[in-house]
Amino acid sequence: MLDSILEGVIAFMLIAGGAFAFIGSLGLTHLKDFYMRLHGPSKTTTLGVGCTLLGSSLYFSLQGGPVVQELLITVFAFITAPVSAHMLAKSALHHKLKPDPRTRGNPIELESEKPKHAVEEAPQGNSPLP
Amino acid sequence: MIPPTRWLPMPVLSLLLLAVWLLLQHSVALGQWLLGGVLAIAIPLVCQPFWERQPRVKRPFKLIRYVLRVLVDIVVANLEVSKLILDPRGKLRPALVEYPLTLTQNFPITILASTITLTPGTVSAHLRLDGRTLLVHALDVADVDALIDEIHQRYERPLMEIFEP
Repeated sequence: MLDSILEGVIAFMLIAGGAFAFIGSLGLTHLKDFYMRLHGPSKTTTLGVGCTLLGSSLYFSLQGGPVVQELLITVFAFITAPVSAHMLAKSALHHKLKPDPRTRGNPIELESEKPKHAVEEAPQGNSPLP
Repeated sequence: MIPPTRWLPMPVLSLLLLAVWLLLQHSVALGQWLLGGVLAIAIPLVCQPFWERQPRVKRPFKLIRYVLRVLVDIVVANLEVSKLILDPRGKLRPALVEYPLTLTQNFPITILASTITLTPGTVSAHLRLDGRTLLVHALDVADVDALIDEIHQRYERPLMEIFEP
């Protein structure tokens, strides 16, 4: 009885993990601009991986003594996922990737480069064309 | 927490290293304790010069409560983002929000930025060089000020209480 309940829980975990990973990938192809696409893999996949590993941990704990390596993988995934997402977003801002036109807010990081160039070229003494 | 000494410059890191070593080896034999103990003492001594001085955790119980709250929020976040991705109407209201930081130390700011990325519909995108503004991209937000207020009340205030009482 207890075994079949646990097996049900494991199966649920695996299916939920797969579903979350799938939705995350769907977001990656589906959403409109780079910044929005970042949301898919940075969140949904963490829980996808977390659920799958929890299921795996439960299953192998039933086979023999408790297995906890999966917990370590989960912790590492939860620590590293936000950092990679942050670096991706930062480099996108650095390249001044245009966000979707519906996006509100206009931070200085995204302003066009033209005025910056004008300031840089001014000290070289290039006479402006007539 | 545990005060640092000459041979244990970062006691918490040493404990973590030992725990991770035992978990990875999946054994609590005496040999593994010894080897893990040697590594837990040697690694912090070698890499100590590269570490910034970390702020002490003043209230560990609040930290545990914070971690539990974030774990619950991660599940909620996943469900919400899944709903947004699957929503066929596709009426998203993305926004780039400039979040004014009140935290000053690097380590708490790192935790806050990671938390923001893991929780509902927001990704931290950029920390300005002056360390006072965090640029946050939100997937679907109705009221920008409400979002800033929520992040402040829910995550930044507890972090301030944990690290900077």
